[in-house]
Amino acid sequence: MEVYIPDMNISSSALKWLLTTGVMLASSASQLHAVTAINGSGATFPAPLYLRWASDFKKVNTDITVNYQGVGSGAGVSQFISSLTDFGASDVAMSDAEIAKAGGNVLMIPATAGTIVLAYNVPGVAAGLKLSRTTYIGIFLGDVKFWDDPAISKDNPDIKLPKVPITVVARSDGSGTTAVFTGHLSAVSPDFATKVGNGKSVTWPVGVAGKGNDGVTSLIKQTPGAIGYVEYGYAVHNKLTMASLENKSGNFVAPTLESGAATLASVNLPENFRAFITDPEGANDYPIATFTWLLVKKSYPSADKATAVKAFVTYGLTTGQAVAAELGYISLPDSVAKKVQAAVDGVK
Amino acid sequence: MGGNTTQVSMGTPVTQEYRSRLDLFRIMCLLASSLCVVLLVFIVSEIFIKALPAIEKFGFGFITGVQWSPNREVFGVLPVLIGTATSSLLALLLALPLGLAIALFLSEDFLPLGVRQAIRFVIELLAAIPSVVYGLWGIFVVIPLVQTYGAVLAEKLGFFPIFQGPAYGNSLLTASLVLALMVLPTITAISRGALVAVPKTLREGSYALGATRWETILSVILPTAAPGIVAASILAFGRAMGETMAVAMLIGNSQRLSWSLLSPSNTLSALLANQFAEADGIQVNALMYAAALLVVMTLGVNMIGEAVLRRTQRATAGLR
Repeated sequence: MEVYIPDMNISSSALKWLLTTGVMLASSASQLHAVTAINGSGATFPAPLYLRWASDFKKVNTDITVNYQGVGSGAGVSQFISSLTDFGASDVAMSDAEIAKAGGNVLMIPATAGTIVLAYNVPGVAAGLKLSRTTYIGIFLGDVKFWDDPAISKDNPDIKLPKVPITVVARSDGSGTTAVFTGHLSAVSPDFATKVGNGKSVTWPVGVAGKGNDGVTSLIKQTPGAIGYVEYGYAVHNKLTMASLENKSGNFVAPTLESGAATLASVNLPENFRAFITDPEGANDYPIATFTWLLVKKSYPSADKATAVKAFVTYGLTTGQAVAAELGYISLPDSVAKKVQAAVDGVK
Repeated sequence: MGGNTTQVSMGTPVTQEYRSRLDLFRIMCLLASSLCVVLLVFIVSEIFIKALPAIEKFGFGFITGVQWSPNREVFGVLPVLIGTATSSLLALLLALPLGLAIALFLSEDFLPLGVRQAIRFVIELLAAIPSVVYGLWGIFVVIPLVQTYGAVLAEKLGFFPIFQGPAYGNSLLTASLVLALMVLPTITAISRGALVAVPKTLREGSYALGATRWETILSVILPTAAPGIVAASILAFGRAMGETMAVAMLIGNSQRLSWSLLSPSNTLSALLANQFAEADGIQVNALMYAAALLVVMTLGVNMIGEAVLRRTQRATAGLR
């Protein structure tokens, strides 16, 4: 009997499950005509956040389904321009040429922001290694070759650094992360600007490269002596050790949500919201940060789409910002969110 | 006579009727095989059409250029071409002695047939392992080995340019080691086929003249099977050149010229896999140009391999 009872429970719960799913399927089928679907694609960096927004949003707005595919910034922009998607997303704001291709019918919305951290794997060295501006540029140019280089030990008198060769880890694919990182390095160092330059895909003078944030992360983890650049949320999630970087005012700042928010607060957003943060000036600003943009149309061919997109973006700018911090992104400062919301309200 | 005539007259109309009808099976086979040819032509021409803007813009300088900087629209694939050739050659160099030894072992009667069949099956099963699994295995097994022993090698023999440090885990050597394992089944299977096809009469003749087993293997069987073994090597080389996933995971993806085997490198296929998704503008055309080069190289190598293999099969068939 004791065996028989749980058996009954299983079958009855399975039956219940079947029934409820059946009912749910039937009811969703009957509602199908009322659902508006909006499709977007683009950057992989904010993809976890947008997917979370989409699923949370669906719970409160059952008549709108949001699909997002993290195909990469470049592909996201071109799919948006050719109207394959209803909205796009990119880590790099669209260029004037790209805006012209879209017939000017584009609104670039800073949706969230992130910082890029230098994560390292040095045997026996915990988080918080201080790297000065000249040092981290020297490392990525291949001038600083060993971890016990005087350039590094000078700023870290309390840390015993091993004589391990430095392995620089970069991105092998084109990436907004690379664009932001090289943009910062080029702004700080004219030497870097001439030798490497900035862009989504550059030639690094040293080191190895992995595909995507995950590729870089695994290379850092498996290579003693490695240092590489990844998104903050990614580094936190994978428990990487992160360096404190010297900012423009000469302070060493650890990558945290607070230091990232400080950076955003000091940014002056222009009318088109296209602001590149190459070298923030505030005393406590973390030096490498970026907005990431949602690309929507100023006017949509159908009112349904316009309403749906507006509702989704508004959700992201309000309720969604709380989730952002949870996932390792930096929430937009209130002033920015309000300014952006005003523009979103104008979408037709 | 009469019986024969009836047979013929009974058979002929049936055959004629049959022949005059549409042979559906033949048509389907013809369609399927011509579809393959059309598909190949379509793929190759599509690649060349997409590559055309880059071919016009960069010309031959694309092949001799040493810098690949999409942000500056500078595209040169020489380091990648060298990486493709060296990683495949090195893999072949490592796999050929091993594969040939296995093939010999499996074609001679050192072990009972059942055991040999089992070993053969296991080795051919290596070909069934997905590329990404080889890549993961490389990350967890080969990379730590190369890191440890590579550092020692660089320290002791670093004065040779090919062992110059610093030793990277993700390097040309790592990729070549894993590639060697990946092409092993190709080499073993085709070489074994060639060795088995050596006519018994030759072997018996050799024994009859008083040769030992080793003398027979080295001076009769191997030379006879040599063209088949060459074909096996060429086909394995082609396979190594086209291999993508495992290589992209292990080679370090760097487009820099370096002499050292312990340095990261890149191959054409890995470059394409890494950069295609986020490429735009002329970079797409440049990547297509690189793809066209890869197609020309692999098609060329495979065609040579097939030609050699066919010639061998004809030659050994004549000896029987």
